[in-house]
Amino acid sequence: MSVKTKKGVGPYLVLGGLIGMALIWLFPLYIAFINAFKPQTEFVKYGVLALPHHWDISKFGKFWGDVDFTKKLANSLQISLLVAIIAVTLSFLTAYAIGIGRVKGRTWILGFFMVAFTIPQEALIYPLYSMAKTLNLYDSIWSIIIIFGVMSTGFGTYLLSSVLTTFPDELLEAARIDGASPWRILRSIVLPLLRPTLFVLATMFFIFTWNEFLIPLVMLPSNNNQTVTLSMAITTGQYTSDPTARAAAALIGFMPSVIFFLIFQRTLMRGITLGAVK
Amino acid sequence: MSKKINQSGTYYWYALPGVAAFLTLVGGSFAYNIYLSFNNWQGIGKPEWIGLKNYQDLIHDHTFWISFLHAFEFIFAMSIAPTFLGLLVAALIYDFIATYFGNAISTFLRISLYVPQIIALPVVGILWSWMLSPNVGVINTILRKIGLSSLALNWLGQSSTAMLSLSVMMIWIQIGYTVVIFVSGLSRLDPYLDEAAQLDGATWFQRFRIITIPQLYPELSVVLLTTTVAALKVFGPVYVMTGGGPGDATQVPAFFSYFHFFSTLRVGYGAAVATVLALILTVLAIGLLRLQRRVGATR
Repeated sequence: MSVKTKKGVGPYLVLGGLIGMALIWLFPLYIAFINAFKPQTEFVKYGVLALPHHWDISKFGKFWGDVDFTKKLANSLQISLLVAIIAVTLSFLTAYAIGIGRVKGRTWILGFFMVAFTIPQEALIYPLYSMAKTLNLYDSIWSIIIIFGVMSTGFGTYLLSSVLTTFPDELLEAARIDGASPWRILRSIVLPLLRPTLFVLATMFFIFTWNEFLIPLVMLPSNNNQTVTLSMAITTGQYTSDPTARAAAALIGFMPSVIFFLIFQRTLMRGITLGAVK
Repeated sequence: MSKKINQSGTYYWYALPGVAAFLTLVGGSFAYNIYLSFNNWQGIGKPEWIGLKNYQDLIHDHTFWISFLHAFEFIFAMSIAPTFLGLLVAALIYDFIATYFGNAISTFLRISLYVPQIIALPVVGILWSWMLSPNVGVINTILRKIGLSSLALNWLGQSSTAMLSLSVMMIWIQIGYTVVIFVSGLSRLDPYLDEAAQLDGATWFQRFRIITIPQLYPELSVVLLTTTVAALKVFGPVYVMTGGGPGDATQVPAFFSYFHFFSTLRVGYGAAVATVLALILTVLAIGLLRLQRRVGATR
C-alpha cells in the first residue's frame, strides 16, 4: 500500500463504490430528516421523497410537549451519568486489586466477570424485578441506576484489569520502597496515569446506559420515570396515522445520541478499539 | 517481606465492593432464575416445585425451537455477514481510500457507516418500521418508482419477509462496528509483508486473503464473539417492530421469555427459556475463546 503505484482506474471504482455505500447508509437519516420538517399536506400531495417546500417545525414542539421530553431527557441524563460514575469507580477499584495488587485468585475473579458478561439480561430480569418490588425500588430510577451501575462493572473490570496488568512495574516498586500505602499508590500514581482511560470507559457506560431498553421497560412503568429510549419505543406507535409526525419523533429520539457522538467521537472510537485489542 | 504479604492482603478490600455487588445482583439473580425454572409460579404466592417439567415442556414447544432457529439466523445477519463485509470494506478503505484520496474521505466513510451504531436499537427499529410501512413507506415508494411495484410488499406484515427485513436492518446496523475495529487493526500491521508480496506481483485480493486476514485473527475473534453474543440477545427491535410476529415469524428467545414472564405470567417457563439461552451463550463464548487461543498458539 505504501508502494504507490500510479493511480489507475481501480481506486476510483473503489471510491465510487464506497461513497455509494456511505450514502445508502446515511439515507434513512436523511429521509427521516426531510419528512420531519415536511407539513402533512405536502406529504400527502408529493410523497415521502420530495423535499419540503415549507419547513414546518411545529411537530417537534407538539411531540416534545406530548411526551414531556424535557423530563425524559433529565431522567436519561441523571441515570446515565450516575451509572457511569458508579460503574467506573467499582471497576477501577476491583481492577486495581487484580492488576496492581495481584491478589490471589485474580484469574478466578476475572473469569467470573467474563462469564457473567455473557449472561443475557433476560436471565436476570425477573429476579431483579421481584427484588426491586421487595425493596420498594420498583418504578424508581434508582433501581436502574443501581442495576446498571453494578452490571457494567463486568466489562469495566475486565477492560481495566488488562490495561493495569501492563502498568510499569518500576513506578510501583519505587513507591513501595518509599513505603507508600496501597491507597497512596492508587491516588498519586495509578489514578493520574489512568485518568484518560477511565474517561473513555465512563463515556462508553454513559452511551450504553442511554440506549438500554429491556430493564427500563420492566422497571419503569410510569410515564414520569421513563428514559428517552424507552419513551420513544413505546409512544411512537401512537403516531401511525401521520407519517411526518413519526419521522419527527424518530428524529428527536436519535438527536441526543448523534450530539453525544459528535462531541465524544474520538473518545468513543478509542474505547471501542481498546475493548477489541485489549 | 512481611510487609509485602500484609499489603497484598489489604488489596482484597479494593475488590470487595465490586465483587460483592456483582455477586449479589448478577450472581444472585441468575441463581434465583435457575431456581425459578424448576418451579410453577405466577409471580405471586409461593412457587411450586415441579422439577424438570418446564424443560420437558420446552422440548415439545414448537415456538421455543422456532425462536432459537431465528436467533441463529440473526447470527448470520449480525455477526457473519457484517464481519466479512466489514473486513472487505475496512481493507478497501485502508489500502485505497487512505492511500490515494487522503484521511478526510476515509474518516467520512467510517463515520457514515458507524452512524447506525450510535442510535439506540429500539429507535432504529422505529425508523425502519416507518421506512418499511407498506403504503407510504420510502422503500415501497422507491420500488414503485423504478417499476418494481410487484416487490412493494408488506415487509414486516407477512411471515415470508419479516425475518428478511429485520436481517437487512441488522446488517445496516452492524457494519459500522466491524469496519471501525478492522481499520484500527489494519493500522497496527507491519506494511513490510504486504509490500514484499506486492513486489512479487501478488494481486490486491491475493494479498488481502493470504497476508492481511491471518494477521487480523485477534480482531476477527473479538468481533465474532461480541456480535454473536449480541445476536442471541436481540430483543428491542423485535419488541418495537413485530412483537415476534406475524405468528411466530420473528420470535426470538429473549422476546419469548419476556412474553412468558410478563404476559402469560408463566414465570417458571420464561425462566427456563432464559436459562437455556444463558447456557448456550456461555458455551458459545467459551468455545470461541478457546478457538482464539488455539489459533493464537499455532501461529
